[in-house]
Amino acid sequence: MEFLQPRSLPEALAVKAERPEAVPIAGGTDVMVELNFDRHRPEVVLDLTRVPELADWSGSDGGVRVGAGVTYTRVVAELADALPGLAIAARTVGSPQIRNRGTIGGNLGSASPAGDCHPPLLAVGAEVEVASSAGSRRIPIDEFFTGPKESALAADELIRAVHVPAATGPQQFAKVGTRNAMVIAVCSFSLALDPSGGRVGTGIGSAGPTPLRAREAEEFLQGVLESEGLWESGGPLGEPAAARFGELVAGAARPIDDVRGTAAYRVHALGVLARRTLGWAWDQYRAGRS
Amino acid sequence: MRVSFTVNGEPRLADHVWEGESLLYVLRERLGLPGSKNACEQGECGSCSVYLDGVLVCACLVLAGQAEGSEIVTVEGLAEGDTLHPVQEAYVEAGAVQCGFCTPGLIVTTHDLLRRNPSPTDPEIREALAGNLCRCTGYEKILEAVRTAAGRIGDEGRAGDAGPGAAEAGA
Repeated sequence: MEFLQPRSLPEALAVKAERPEAVPIAGGTDVMVELNFDRHRPEVVLDLTRVPELADWSGSDGGVRVGAGVTYTRVVAELADALPGLAIAARTVGSPQIRNRGTIGGNLGSASPAGDCHPPLLAVGAEVEVASSAGSRRIPIDEFFTGPKESALAADELIRAVHVPAATGPQQFAKVGTRNAMVIAVCSFSLALDPSGGRVGTGIGSAGPTPLRAREAEEFLQGVLESEGLWESGGPLGEPAAARFGELVAGAARPIDDVRGTAAYRVHALGVLARRTLGWAWDQYRAGRS
Repeated sequence: MRVSFTVNGEPRLADHVWEGESLLYVLRERLGLPGSKNACEQGECGSCSVYLDGVLVCACLVLAGQAEGSEIVTVEGLAEGDTLHPVQEAYVEAGAVQCGFCTPGLIVTTHDLLRRNPSPTDPEIREALAGNLCRCTGYEKILEAVRTAAGRIGDEGRAGDAGPGAAEAGA
């Protein structure tokens, strides 16, 4: 095994161009488990923790460009105002030790259907910026996840950053697990309300081969909020609409039975999470107007 | 490969390190520092908690080469000579030790909590220790030890003034 520790992004990309099989490592919270249990013995490990271009976040065109190496701890501490959905999700990851090391880029790169950051990124229409020595491109988050632990990232590319639009309204995230900490989601759901555009965004985690959006649920809720003039009036959202939203979210899931839960349980729980997060977010929206 | 870093204030180096080896393995098996415990090897139990450049991490999830040139503080670095750190003293007094296997990780994690938040509430303690498992389930005594340590460190001023490990770990 070779251990390579580039000191700049061009250097890291040059390695990836020459050795596309190189396995990137940052916080190690996924890669080290594979190594420690000898499940995978890569020929080359590419340490990205010394690549300064990945280490920070910055404001960019109405949003935040979050470097791939930014940890969950930093998202929670520094981005909770601009990116509340992502920050709430980051706060549910693992433990302090895991949040101190695990990174946004690692979460995306592992592309687990259960990745906690994926639902809030789907709900706001983030874009993943990937780079190779030939240049960089931005992949809409809807197109990034292609299968369980598979993404649109090419073998010679590295994830450089994720571009996340700044919140214009309330955002929520909730996940189901056996305890609050150290839990891989049984299922999870994120909701983003965008009052300025009259839009509703959703993201479903751990209930399909990839993280999913619930498009029908989004369209339904957008329609209700618009046709009843609720964005303007800030009036209460009727229980039938919330229940229908929950049903549509549950209907968008494509879960399987596995060790963490059954498909039927996930479908049921997602309906609950959707109604619940909608209640929280709509209350926040109404409170913010008064 | 060779890996060199500072451990508990002393420059150390290890030779013939396999590239896939964890920082935990290097500390325990190559540098003779068995305080950090090897249990789950997947970041679930917190028994190998150490400071890496002032940040609390699971040493089992750090690839040895990633620690090159870093400052590491382990549980062995918290006491000053024969004088235990107030966190260690509090664990002894509270009897917050059953089999003892989780204790080093819990002590480092408690140290980290108290230097960031010298007067934590119970929910804050529970959240801070959420990544450390005690399979004997001795959590009540552990909580008691953290409260005791917090009281004493609070009396003495900032947690960062409370011991050499705190200073090395940085604020």
